[in-house]
Amino acid sequence: MKKYFLSRLIQLVPILFGITFLTFGMMQFAATDAVDIIYEQSGSVSEEIKAAKRAELGLDQSFLIQYGRWLGGVLSGDMGRSFISGKLVFETFVDKLPATIELMLVSILLTIFVATPLGILSAVNQNRPLDYLIRGLSFVGNSMPNFFAGLLLIYFLALKLNLLPIMSGAENLSSVIMPALTLTIAMGAKYTRQIRAVVLEELDKPYVTGARSRGVDEFTILTKSVLRSTLIMIITLLALSMGSLLGGTAIVETIFMWDGVGKMAVDAILMRDYPLIQAYVVWMAIIYVLMNLAADLLYHWLDPRVRYGEMS
Amino acid sequence: MKKLIPYFAAAGLLIFIAIFADFLTPFDPYAQDLEGALSPPNSVNFLGTDRYGRDVLSRVIVGSQTTLCASLLLLATISSFGSLIGAICGYSGGRLDVFLMRISDIFLAFPQMVFAIAAAGALGGGLLNAAAALAIIGWPKYARISRGLVLSIRSMPYLNAAKMAGSSSTKILFAHVMPNIAGPVLVTAALDIGTIIMELAGLSFLGLGAMPPTAEWGAMMNNGRSMLQTAPWVILAPGTAIFITVATFNLLGDKLRDYLGGQR
Repeated sequence: MKKYFLSRLIQLVPILFGITFLTFGMMQFAATDAVDIIYEQSGSVSEEIKAAKRAELGLDQSFLIQYGRWLGGVLSGDMGRSFISGKLVFETFVDKLPATIELMLVSILLTIFVATPLGILSAVNQNRPLDYLIRGLSFVGNSMPNFFAGLLLIYFLALKLNLLPIMSGAENLSSVIMPALTLTIAMGAKYTRQIRAVVLEELDKPYVTGARSRGVDEFTILTKSVLRSTLIMIITLLALSMGSLLGGTAIVETIFMWDGVGKMAVDAILMRDYPLIQAYVVWMAIIYVLMNLAADLLYHWLDPRVRYGEMS
Repeated sequence: MKKLIPYFAAAGLLIFIAIFADFLTPFDPYAQDLEGALSPPNSVNFLGTDRYGRDVLSRVIVGSQTTLCASLLLLATISSFGSLIGAICGYSGGRLDVFLMRISDIFLAFPQMVFAIAAAGALGGGLLNAAAALAIIGWPKYARISRGLVLSIRSMPYLNAAKMAGSSSTKILFAHVMPNIAGPVLVTAALDIGTIIMELAGLSFLGLGAMPPTAEWGAMMNNGRSMLQTAPWVILAPGTAIFITVATFNLLGDKLRDYLGGQR
């Protein structure tokens, strides 16, 4: 067990190395750099000043030296300073991370609580009007880009109906609803569909027929047996959708001015603030792998078969 | 097969509009008319005008060229390149296989959109760079699929026969291996079109893809974002266009999968 998790963590190393090397390499192809953007506003600045700034930030060095320096820093726990604000990257990141995690957790919970009942309802009413309605809705949600869904929610819920605030900080609970709902639409749509398929498969199994013939009522079968055995599948699917959720937060945070790491990354990209971009890439990879590990842990806890299979 | 025709027709229509967009626009999509800026949908400008007085309908039509053609080209590139790499790996095996698959593992273990955002940003924005970012992270999926498929057909008699008949490895790869793995790869690609369109438009929406004044759906929505309250049509039109396009290709992909899946 321990060995397994250790090996999963070790797998992170080549991923982090490869991805950061690649993003670092690509920055070399960009036509403008942070220095150009810093001095863009101040009009014409002599090339000497720009060159001095580049030397200060280490941008005059060759790409391999820059990467080596950055890597050395990271290994000794220093992710560098933001080119623009001059603040420590690590601190900036830790500042913004809770807001993103809050957004992600709320959307995951919303997704589970919306998609599970819908998927089950859809499966139980297979090929009846309710099933068609739910399938239609999930198809619509699946084909809707999250930035469009987010803007529609703002337009209808905030501007037309005045139900929710358009944007405000993470401390205000009602402000998390719209961004989380936006992420839930796409994720929940995919989910509903998959849960429907899993439940349909499960309903065909002998134990369900057995329970039915013993006179157990349908609701008990669904909640006590079917739901429990589909739980593993639900968690697997959740772990799989983590990637698109992480990507989605960047877009949704930007739309809703949610002060998390996604918005920070997009802002950093527009300013060519390389240390922040690199930190974002590194942390997203770590979060992604940890989330998948958490899903694995949950399996072990929920499904005795996985545990016993490993022991024997 | 007959059941598939309406879906192919719908997708074909969208592609037709995209290809001949320049001839279909009622107005010049780039012509500014500041006096008629932000007029709501009316009998002249069916979908209204944006903040520079440009006709939204014309921009949506021309935008289909940017968004759809770029997405399809991108997908064609990554699916053919990826499956070729996968086929070579599966067919030749050995060190090359291990090396390339390790590389693809790195990409597969990383959230696609996160990488695309960082990479498009690192490259400095622009539609071409956004597409390049999606291509770099997109090909390994196809390499994986086609490698698996090739492994399953590698010891088929017809491949051995071709080898014994003296065909070169290159010929076997292109004439015998690739056609036989094309089906499942095509289905995967068809199901991917919607995702690619959304991701490419998403990058443009973040300002990392197509640059203004280029008419591109995601970029148009980004431009209209600040006027959501006063001029919602500037966002609704391209947003709906993305939705319809993605929905059409998703439907086509689903039906294609059902059809080809039922065959096997």
